[in-house]
Amino acid sequence: MTAEVLEGALEKVESHLHPEGSFDVDAHEVPTGREEIWRFTPLKRLRGIHADAPLAGTSFTASFDAPASVRADRLEDGSLKGVSGLVPWDRISARALAEAKSSLAVTIPAEAVLERPVFVTIRGTGTDEATAAHLVIRAEKFSKATVVLRFEGSMTLADNVEIVVEDGAQLAVVSIDDWADDAVHVGHRHVRVGRDAQFKHVDITFGGDVVRHDTTADYSGPGGAVEMLGLYFADAGQHIEHRLFGDHTAPKTKSHVVYKGALQGEKAHTVWIGNVLIRKVAEGIETYEENRNLVLTDGCQADSVPNLEIETGEIEGAGHASATARFDDEQLFYLRSRGISEKEAQRLVVHGFFNDLIRQIGVPELEESLAATVEAELAKNVLEGAQ
Amino acid sequence: MSTLEIKDLQVQVNTEDGPKEILKGVTLTINDGETHAIMGPNGSGKSTLAYSIAGHPRYEVTGGSVTLDGEDVLAMSVDERARAGLFLAMQYPVEVPGVSVANFLRTAKTAIDGEAPKLRTWVKDVNAVLERMNLDPTFSQRSVNEGFSGGEKKRHEIAQLDLLDPKVAILDETDSGLDIDALKVVSEGVNRFRERDGKGVLLITHYTRILRYIKPDHVHVFVAGRVAESGGAELAEELEANGYERFLTAAV
Ligand SMILES: Nc1ncnc2c1ncn2[C@@H]1O[C@H](COP(=O)(O)OP(=O)(O)O)[C@@H](O)[C@H]1O
Ligand SMILES: [Mg+2]
Repeated sequence: MTAEVLEGALEKVESHLHPEGSFDVDAHEVPTGREEIWRFTPLKRLRGIHADAPLAGTSFTASFDAPASVRADRLEDGSLKGVSGLVPWDRISARALAEAKSSLAVTIPAEAVLERPVFVTIRGTGTDEATAAHLVIRAEKFSKATVVLRFEGSMTLADNVEIVVEDGAQLAVVSIDDWADDAVHVGHRHVRVGRDAQFKHVDITFGGDVVRHDTTADYSGPGGAVEMLGLYFADAGQHIEHRLFGDHTAPKTKSHVVYKGALQGEKAHTVWIGNVLIRKVAEGIETYEENRNLVLTDGCQADSVPNLEIETGEIEGAGHASATARFDDEQLFYLRSRGISEKEAQRLVVHGFFNDLIRQIGVPELEESLAATVEAELAKNVLEGAQ
Repeated sequence: MSTLEIKDLQVQVNTEDGPKEILKGVTLTINDGETHAIMGPNGSGKSTLAYSIAGHPRYEVTGGSVTLDGEDVLAMSVDERARAGLFLAMQYPVEVPGVSVANFLRTAKTAIDGEAPKLRTWVKDVNAVLERMNLDPTFSQRSVNEGFSGGEKKRHEIAQLDLLDPKVAILDETDSGLDIDALKVVSEGVNRFRERDGKGVLLITHYTRILRYIKPDHVHVFVAGRVAESGGAELAEELEANGYERFLTAAV
């Protein structure tokens, strides 16, 4: 289903969760920071990508590793822009889409069941020139695959990742922002989930100076399910922002969102906006969203805003939870009463906090290395800085 | 050798209405190899005594002393106390989501011993202890205390007692909420610990039931933040027959 057909089938919704999109860059004014969707983001640190900074940088290397059945095509005709139903609703997304010189299309053929994940790795080699990128991932009917996107090194990146999960397909996309400290990444991801299709998005954010991900999902048919898991760790001065939008555009669809973050150090800032819209047509849906933040030191800020807008009374279940907490004294006391030092106890608690989520990722190839990355991050930070 | 000496211990807790005095001078010595039972009504300060010895930050010691083999326990941090040989089986063990029992036990054992346990024997030891406590081997993959039944929590505490092998164990109402089978398993675990050389036990309980399985050398009746009376096993029998009535009236 194309974007137009879907839009036509749905009633217009007067929802602040759903601003009007446009492919036209000029239709999006340069944000000032006062706009609802920008009010948390440190625009000054975006190196102008939200305004007019050129996006033609080439300071990166990309690598691709996939089973033979997976097709990778680079298209320069722009025909894939918006293929998932993405209509940019902010200036960075519109600019990145307009200025991307080509689209990398990764296609998992119909009924293919991949025996190992597809890896796409972007390694930045400089922050001076900003880069626009466009990636399209399509899981054709009844295919089953995991795609891992890795972001490393130093870079200023504005990208759009469009994902189409066709009817009956099962796709997991794991995105790992493991940037160097000076990277800026503003990424938009839109997924369109087909009839009875299953999509899992795992968003892991460790590095970077400013990382902002807008992740949106809608459904082209009934029975689709989306699971979004997020894990982030913000150090001193880091800004990590996740804005999610689950748009229940079809009946009997599901969305399940759990994001967990830890913050440590002066001016570590995380933002989590979880928007869910349940439209009139979307009867019998289920949605749940949860965000938990663990604040490890003073001077950090975790903003967490769940929003649920319901246009139909006929839903199976809808719920949300949001909590920001410090170390639990009772937990630390229990561990320390077993001889475990205070720092080791703190490390265990954070390990457990994330481990709970890592166990849900369901990609065995990755769980171990992610657990190791979390351990490394903890060793680097919690063991040293935490009081 | 292990002697826990509590002298004139006074403790207050900080509440919204200001500090509240709970322990009003507790004196108690647990000599090498002795088991003492502390019995008292709800709210008499039994858990406060246990937590204060273990060093819970909520309780403020305003007077008195606690020593273990002559060392000043009150000067130690919570984890130092544990490494010095104190163990507290808690009335309400705390959930630690995402941390497996196996990871927790290994980390604690490493901390107590100052070196990591030998992998091969350790796994065997853990499995043997879990089996003795009637806990499934998959238990070690579960998150600490998360979703445990009341009985599982208490058995897990005693499994830790067995593996960590402290000098003195304080058991805070380990018997409450247990059915008779679990009570027997837990009691056997405590008795195995007592059979080891020179181990001290401070058994805090509300009921006399557990004393049928764990025979104390001394019994203390605890009322309103003080030891109201001390005696032998016969004191427990009197409590069984007459309850706390006599001590409560005396305390007023
Ligand atoms: N954190 C606390 N805040 C306020 N009062 C407390 C706190 N802890 C204990 N108390 C009070 O101290 C008294 C003794 O409690 P506790 O030691 O738990 O008794 P027990 O274990 O014998 O039932 C009770 O009156 C209880 O309400
Ligand atoms: Mg108590």
